Amino acid sequence: MKNSMRQQVLTLYLSTSALDSRVVGWAIYDGTGKNRFTTGDNNEAPYETGLHALLDGWRLIQHPVLIPPYPGEEYSTSFMKYGFVFEKLEATGE
Amino acid sequence: MSAKDNLLDSKQMAEFVARGFLRFDELVPEEINQKVMRDIDQNAIKGAPAGTPLSQCYQGTAIREMLDLPQIQGLIQSLVGEDPLFDHDAIHVREPNEGKAQGLHADSIIDLRAHFDIQIMYFPHDVPLEMGGTLLLPGSHFRKVNEADIAAYQNMRGQIPMVCKAGSILALHHGIWHCGRQNQTDRRRYMFKLRLNPAVRQLRLWNTADLDQDYREHQEIFTGARGRDNVQDILSQREPWFEEASGRLEIVNRIKLWRFLTGDDSFDVHYWLTRLENMPA
Repeated sequence: MKNSMRQQVLTLYLSTSALDSRVVGWAIYDGTGKNRFTTGDNNEAPYETGLHALLDGWRLIQHPVLIPPYPGEEYSTSFMKYGFVFEKLEATGE
Repeated sequence: MSAKDNLLDSKQMAEFVARGFLRFDELVPEEINQKVMRDIDQNAIKGAPAGTPLSQCYQGTAIREMLDLPQIQGLIQSLVGEDPLFDHDAIHVREPNEGKAQGLHADSIIDLRAHFDIQIMYFPHDVPLEMGGTLLLPGSHFRKVNEADIAAYQNMRGQIPMVCKAGSILALHHGIWHCGRQNQTDRRRYMFKLRLNPAVRQLRLWNTADLDQDYREHQEIFTGARGRDNVQDILSQREPWFEEASGRLEIVNRIKLWRFLTGDDSFDVHYWLTRLENMPA
């Protein structure tokens, strides 16, 4: 039996560029296959802030880059600006 | 009561501008719901070529009966005028015990207009939570995104799963982010969607009798949490998923749409735009 690691990925969309700001959106994908998450499956955020995810053992692997507004589009809104990507690795025992 | 007696009032219109939707629970009588379900089963609901005046569509059918309800006529007239154009319709089906939900999306493609289409969503049977219901994200309609580019967002604070009784209606701004939630029952779920284009300039089409002299007066800024008792307060309410800074821009987007709909180019909410427009010579 080989010991194989699987990745769990959590993206938290935060209220500001600060990691300890409030979670306003989220997505989770589980590479172990134990859980299947999908759109609209939970109205309760998994963590109150990004920092709470760190405290629970998630490792930050991507931090959002701040991009100045495009000229002429200063008042436009589009995608969520502050998506922080985290991972956990779990041994599956396969 | 006629459609004219059922026009939206200004607070309802402000809710639509701020949140991008209006909801009317159990509006359609059960008799019509049952006829529509029969027509769905018999694949008997037929639309029309895009651009056909709505008054010429669905003649003699249960969908026509639904559309002719005075409350529905008042809603349509308030948002897109008396005889808007048929764009397209669809019977949306979520199959039993699906493995996943539809990804979050905005319909069609990027749309830069101040003018807006509406999408009427009609739920002809009860939709309990385990059956899914359409998921919608209030206040997302101003975001410039292209269809399924936003499918990465699984959940957002303040999202609304449309759990409702038969005969309930949603009227959506075309830009609202939404998706079909997973159906975890052993029954099919149906929803009838109809997109309508305005054929007239969307200018004071609702009942504006309640817009008194005072409604547009500048108010004190940052007075803390406010209710939804007047147009300015409704337009200044943040959604739970708004980012701190972008949430301010959403209020600006609402002010611009309200100006467009009223023809009042100096209307403001709590001084957000007046400050920026103050450029003494």
